[in-house]
Amino acid sequence: MPDALASLEAGLDALDAPAPDAAAPSRPRRWLRVVPPLVAVALFVGLWQLAYVLEVKESYALPSPLDVLGSLGEQWSKGTVQEAVKNSLHRGVLGFLASILVGTPLGLLIARVRVVRLGIGPIISGLQSLPSVAWVPAAIIWFGLSDAAIYFVVLMGAVPSIANGLVAGIDQVPPLYLKVGRVLGAQRLAAARHVVVPAALPGYLAGLKQGWAFSWRSLMAAELITFSPRLGLGLGQLLETGRELSDMSLVMASIVVILAVGIGIEMLVFAPLERRVLSRRGLAQA
Amino acid sequence: MALQDIAYGDLATTPAHAVSLRGVSKSFAHGPAVLDRIDLDVRPGEFVCLVGASGCGKSTLLSLVAGLDEPSSGVVDVAGARPALMFQEPALFPWLTAGQNVELALRLRGVPRGARRLEAERLLSLVRLDGQAKKRVHELSGGMRQRVALARALAQDSSVLLMDEPFAALDAITRDALHEELTRVWAEVGLTVLFVTHNVREAVRLGNRVVLLSSKPGRVAREWDVDIAHPRRIESAEVAALSLDVTDRLREEIRRHA
Repeated sequence: MPDALASLEAGLDALDAPAPDAAAPSRPRRWLRVVPPLVAVALFVGLWQLAYVLEVKESYALPSPLDVLGSLGEQWSKGTVQEAVKNSLHRGVLGFLASILVGTPLGLLIARVRVVRLGIGPIISGLQSLPSVAWVPAAIIWFGLSDAAIYFVVLMGAVPSIANGLVAGIDQVPPLYLKVGRVLGAQRLAAARHVVVPAALPGYLAGLKQGWAFSWRSLMAAELITFSPRLGLGLGQLLETGRELSDMSLVMASIVVILAVGIGIEMLVFAPLERRVLSRRGLAQA
Repeated sequence: MALQDIAYGDLATTPAHAVSLRGVSKSFAHGPAVLDRIDLDVRPGEFVCLVGASGCGKSTLLSLVAGLDEPSSGVVDVAGARPALMFQEPALFPWLTAGQNVELALRLRGVPRGARRLEAERLLSLVRLDGQAKKRVHELSGGMRQRVALARALAQDSSVLLMDEPFAALDAITRDALHEELTRVWAEVGLTVLFVTHNVREAVRLGNRVVLLSSKPGRVAREWDVDIAHPRRIESAEVAALSLDVTDRLREEIRRHA
């Protein structure tokens, strides 16, 4: 009799368990992930070339794709691009890490302490819509043309995103999970560690991703304006150099590099991290 | 050796009641009473099913016994450790594997790290999920998830298991298999079970005793002892006959609100 139940259950388990394919939507094939974006870029470059040939603008204002590539190659051979990328990435990563250190406890406080949420919750949300470039003049007056001014702007840009992401993640923890935690005997600290934090992870990760994007943007804004020989050359400063020299090829080459670094970090760091966290939980991914 | 020792031990350590409610009332804020002067004793090893219409406070009663909430008046007494509680949803943590979900319960109970994995495997095989410890929650069927939840509840090692409509969301065939499974585990482990359900046949199929609660406010309206020998089938004539009786009384209770 018990054997009959065992085999009945084994049969049910085999029939009812979600098929692996259904559970984890198969990732699009490699070529599907690579080819469409490449086609899109090629189309864009083609349109650009067409605009150049038709002389929509004078050639000094609208250089051809090849001119921009040439300018990029020239800066590369001088080592300027490498130095600018290195300096900017260094500042960006450092500023981002500092933002995590500030934004995480801030988000925890807002999420868990009612008074704090009522007091500064709306301000933090509002800060997200304030373009961080607005902080640049204040930063220069307070800190002068220094790295401190740049980091200040980066922090003001990234901290609200990270804090808000964490708050959203914690708010979206299903109440049933908290109840299960209590039933299992998890006290405050254990509940935070074993239930709240892991449950809030996807929201927190989304906040970190946005926080990085805001760090990078704010950094470019800050570098563009805090132009000083005392500061190491960054991508923003490279861009500003192009403007001063009315060298449109250099301006566009800088834009391409800034974009490439942003996309590269997203693809190499955040996308895999997000994919891993979501697929473990059986959550669909775009 | 055994007989005398066990008898002696039982007398010394086993309380008369695994769960005891004395005059328990509960109301929320300034609303009317949800539960009104409930008296209910559950003996150790007993399987008691609570049935009632919506609004009878079945889930509230379980929360009080689980210690998640305090009664407005009266005394709730539970023997031994904090009772385990299962819900309609398995409520497994999706960031953990099946095995890790069980291990977390062991860890929060204070089981040392080295012993956890083996104990989790033992509990999973008790609910017939041998070799499934590494599966992620989304890779399991509804019935398998609820069995992992049962293993996690058993990992709390409390003698009292509270169940809040645990099989309501499952299909009939799976529910039937889980009834059999739960009966087997209950007998094997010697659990005390307090089981809440809307489903009268399920209550008669599973319980030693069926308690009918009236609605708004919840009071004990009537009790039936279920003297049907195991193994039972939900389709059997005995289960059907008693279910008919309980359902008639339940309908009477509901008509009073018309």
